[in-house]
Amino acid sequence: MFKTIKLRKKIVRIVSLILLTLGAIAVMMPLAWMLLSSFKSPAQGNKMPPEWLPKKAEEAIINDQEYYLYEMPVDGTIKKLALIEKNGPIGTFVNPENPAETYELRITDGERAMQIYVSWENYVKALTMVPFGKYLVNTMIIVVFATLGTVISSVMVAYGFSRFKVKSFKWLFLILLGTIMLPTQVTLIPTFILFRYIGWYDTLLPLIVPAFFANAWDVFLFRQFFMSIPLELDDAARIDGANPLQILWYVILPQSKPVIITVTIFSILYAWNDFFNPLIYLQSEKNWTISLGLQMFNAIYRNNDAYLLAASVVTLIPIVILYFIAQRYFIQGVVVSGVKG
Amino acid sequence: MKKKTTNENLRRESRWAHFFISPWLIGFIFLTLGPMLISLYLSFTNYSLSSSISVPEFNYGANYVKLLTQDPKFWHSLGVTLKYALIAVPLQLFLGFMIAFLLNMDVPGLTVWRTIYYLPSVTPGVASAVLWGIIFNPSFGIMNWLLSLVGIQGPGWLSSQQWALPALIIMSLWGVGGGMVIYLAGLQSIPTSLYEAAEIDGAGSLKRLTHITIPLMTPVIFYNLIIGIISTFQYFTSVYVLTAGGPVDSTLFYNLYLYNTAFRYQNMGYASALAWVLFLIILIITLLFFKTSSAWVYYEGEIRR
Repeated sequence: MFKTIKLRKKIVRIVSLILLTLGAIAVMMPLAWMLLSSFKSPAQGNKMPPEWLPKKAEEAIINDQEYYLYEMPVDGTIKKLALIEKNGPIGTFVNPENPAETYELRITDGERAMQIYVSWENYVKALTMVPFGKYLVNTMIIVVFATLGTVISSVMVAYGFSRFKVKSFKWLFLILLGTIMLPTQVTLIPTFILFRYIGWYDTLLPLIVPAFFANAWDVFLFRQFFMSIPLELDDAARIDGANPLQILWYVILPQSKPVIITVTIFSILYAWNDFFNPLIYLQSEKNWTISLGLQMFNAIYRNNDAYLLAASVVTLIPIVILYFIAQRYFIQGVVVSGVKG
Repeated sequence: MKKKTTNENLRRESRWAHFFISPWLIGFIFLTLGPMLISLYLSFTNYSLSSSISVPEFNYGANYVKLLTQDPKFWHSLGVTLKYALIAVPLQLFLGFMIAFLLNMDVPGLTVWRTIYYLPSVTPGVASAVLWGIIFNPSFGIMNWLLSLVGIQGPGWLSSQQWALPALIIMSLWGVGGGMVIYLAGLQSIPTSLYEAAEIDGAGSLKRLTHITIPLMTPVIFYNLIIGIISTFQYFTSVYVLTAGGPVDSTLFYNLYLYNTAFRYQNMGYASALAWVLFLIILIITLLFFKTSSAWVYYEGEIRR
């Protein structure tokens, strides 16, 4: 009886592993396709059935001249031969290792020899055909300042809500939580009109300044964390003559590194990935962000998959690096917001 | 004398307190509450940024009347959004739960699996849309290649009226890792003693799933459900990049229709009405779910009657 339970558990685990592997393949396949295809030559892109690995035609140099290599069937074996002359369907082939060895063969009997080849050309093209550097600088400016604004303001507000007993704060905090549910569309149009009216349209300011007014989700996250820090530490500092700002700086913040990192990461992610706000506020190309630039690139080079994928990979790389470095905090952020929220 | 100093202390405390929450308070008044009220007002006007109507003119709810009675696009976009919500959200909930459930089976390399499954959730929206656009290419995309391997001739996907929405749904399933992480944390917080007790009582694994795991997970499922529905109504980037609402409006999501009204046709008054209707719909759906939640969501410490 005990043995069968053990056996059954083993089977369950193996089945789970198989299912998980299948799922992981499905998840990774698009990303693998993106990465591999970004190195392909345009000619290789549109092939059915698709070729996964980036390749280029193999060439050989014979008498200082470059010729394409073909894999041709000769006497039952496949030989790699250089095609030096075409006569209609028949070609003159030469063994590149022994140029005296020639054959007259039907070209369609064999196939072009291909070798795996990583071409950086798509990346060069993608980065130089449009001012990607400029997009990158704009995005970085937004990311840095919006993140700074988010962290500073949310820390302040969370500290206010977690450490002060003011009567009105109870319902103010409820209002704050209520704004999490508020769809952004309800404030979108007047905010847009306001920013346009004060001349911020087509500048980076509408994407940065609102971050300095704290957002409910991050305030909630910080507050949850601050509540877990014992009040005795505040009291000790207060007796030593510290004012609330000093307490926040010297007592609370040094203990809050994990939540600061979590909020920072999500703020970076949000600012980097944001598409909607740059789309409505940024008009001239010199102000575009990475996401906006990629979309415009997409609209222009719709038929060149390799360029598009190379450009997409470029926008993805910084996020992936961040993700792998700070994975723990990503997961933590999602979990805290989900389980406690 | 003593009373005066306490009062002064209280006042100083309160000044500090308000100083700390001032960023949010100012932002709330000027970037949330103010715009909300203005948006409500604008929704009763014909305000437009493009034409001669530079001064909002009150039109006594004509926007709402038009929206409900003479605007087939409104109903159509609402229908598209609800259709997507009805199919994609349950699928996302189920798949996310399944993956978390499998990961909770004591499998080796938990962090590696979690990393892989969560990766699509951090991919920038435009980049993943571009990628899926290429995957769904009817002649050269890998989706139709995979289908051809099992002998199915794939459809035109994003260029087909019938298949564009299913394509977007399939694409959305790629991102179930976000919900999965939340489920997994929930599953891990279920005390093993409960399972052990059930095992001693002779409950099989299916019984344990339906009598312990799922009931205890209902709050998390509920959370993911609400978030899923809200984000459906905010759905924008993928559809803007991939189909722009087409072909023939078959993927005209509500938020895209709102965007077009406001920023392509500059009808700010009408778009504000759309925004408020969206807000009301989300509010009603959320309240409905909260109302029914006591029947199916289990909270710890709660006594079932």
